Amino acid sequence: MKSSLRLPFFVITLGLMIGIFLSISTAQQEVSLLNVSYDPTRELWRDINSHFIPLYEKQKGVKLTINQSHGGSSTQARAVIDGLEADVTTLASFLDTDAISKKGLIKDGWVERLPNHSRPYYSTVVFVVRKGNPKGIKDWPDLVNKPDISIITPNPKTSGNGYVSFFAAWGSVVVRGGSRQDAINYVTKLYQRVPVLDSGARGATTTFVQKEIGDVHLAWENEAHLEVAEAKGKLELVNPPISILAEPQVAVVDANVDRAPGHREAAEAYLKYTYTDEAQEIFAKHFYRPSNETILKKYTDVFPANTKLFPITAIAKDWPDAHKQFIGDGGVFDSIYKPRGR
Amino acid sequence: MASINRRVLPGFSLTLGYTVFYLSILVLIPIAACFLKASTLSFHEFWDAVWTERARAAYYLTFGAAFIAALVNLVLGLLLAWVLVRYTFPGKKIVDSLVDLPLALPTAVGGLVYASLYVQKGWLGQYLAPLGIRGAYTRLGIVLVLTFVGLPFVVRTVQPILEDLDPESEEAAASLGSTRWQTFRNVILPTLYPALITGFALAFARGIGEYGSVVFVSGNMPYKTEIAPILIVARLEEFAYGEATAIAIVLLVISFVMLVLINRLERWSMRHEY
Repeated sequence: MKSSLRLPFFVITLGLMIGIFLSISTAQQEVSLLNVSYDPTRELWRDINSHFIPLYEKQKGVKLTINQSHGGSSTQARAVIDGLEADVTTLASFLDTDAISKKGLIKDGWVERLPNHSRPYYSTVVFVVRKGNPKGIKDWPDLVNKPDISIITPNPKTSGNGYVSFFAAWGSVVVRGGSRQDAINYVTKLYQRVPVLDSGARGATTTFVQKEIGDVHLAWENEAHLEVAEAKGKLELVNPPISILAEPQVAVVDANVDRAPGHREAAEAYLKYTYTDEAQEIFAKHFYRPSNETILKKYTDVFPANTKLFPITAIAKDWPDAHKQFIGDGGVFDSIYKPRGR
Repeated sequence: MASINRRVLPGFSLTLGYTVFYLSILVLIPIAACFLKASTLSFHEFWDAVWTERARAAYYLTFGAAFIAALVNLVLGLLLAWVLVRYTFPGKKIVDSLVDLPLALPTAVGGLVYASLYVQKGWLGQYLAPLGIRGAYTRLGIVLVLTFVGLPFVVRTVQPILEDLDPESEEAAASLGSTRWQTFRNVILPTLYPALITGFALAFARGIGEYGSVVFVSGNMPYKTEIAPILIVARLEEFAYGEATAIAIVLLVISFVMLVLINRLERWSMRHEY
């Protein structure tokens, strides 16, 4: 009697142990990454993830899940600083990744860890105008010289799109040989023609498209393409002959990837993948300029080759220096709005 | 010798302990953290962060707009509560629920809707613009949305008091020859003062802290339509946590002083009710 009872128990226990063992071993092959990015890249990364996940599983036998988090770029950076467990960051600006690095979460020298200054793709600021470009806006000087033009751009103090547009405007003067004073005069006139300083890029788009305020919208290139497509013929895109080279960089967050096994390897492979031809094509399809020149040239209808994009070093030492000089407290931007006579 | 507990129900120490704990977790600890963060600045840095010309313009606007909006709500809220309590009409239940809607609606939605209604090409803006009234991207716009988000407070504080009001005192006043206005002014209004002041204080406090709706309707022009919370966000954008909290501390302290004063006023009005 007793021994016949024991046998099933033994079988069940053995089964349980095998089950637990199996589940542990499969758990080791499952990695879940968190990619902390900024607002407009939701579809972009979903697209890239859907290509990378099966590839990685085939190569390494690791079942990968990639979670995405999106929001304002610097808000996202603060979330990571405050403890959001990002494995990789793919933020809009050097400043945001740099801020995380300064808190020690990303190792020094991160910029050179991946090709092309950790920049698999780049972007710039372009003009969106009303249908038929009724005010004839072609270049930066038109914004302040043509009569009766109102400009929509978000607040440089609170928006990445805002300060990158400011730098682009500034550079359009100094890179072409203008003096600092010329540039100050130019941006002063420009911002006097801005009726609304929205707090973020999305707000500015709403103001320009839905509320039909303004003649020209200084927008991220990728968002400008979507904006024009959605407006169904009511808007046009103008590529100014000169604009800024914006640097959305990617980085592995060292402090987070070493907490659990498999994360660093997967995160590094993930970011390396963004430099492959396949991923570069995906960037281009989502209107981000691929860093691979050959692939960029395939899309000259979207990214005209005659636009000169100047780096941030053309107007300042680096991004933090530019932000401090122009946007930070007491910088050039503040002086524009200072009431006269006080 | 032994002290006699004269309270009918027991549990004073338990409830006090709970209250202190609850308040600490929800209010005191976050505020203390705020002060701690700001204390990483030297006095000089603190002062430079909070007392610029631009910041003063923003404080002035924030408190001024919240104050005006709360005043508007004081009058309109009383009116609304009065109608809801004293009269029956079809759709009254729906109107009653509409009052709470500004609390439930994400305020950003409120701000966006107001802005698109009042811009020059908007539904309302196209008629108001020729009259020289601009309700979007102006200080008026800020007052409008603050009135919107503060609407429920006066209504909801006054409503129950009005409901409990004894009709006999009104009848007595009327039979003693008081006019309708005198009855309202001398009999009804004094009993409502504490509730009105509470509602005002809540709406005012709500207005000071409001961010989501204002950023969409104000246009955020420095010195003109830039509220203080925008400055906080601007400093955060520079990853200047200390300076950002410094501005928050100034807002907190001014708000706290004002709320204490309003509370005093409420106590005073309760003592002088009759």
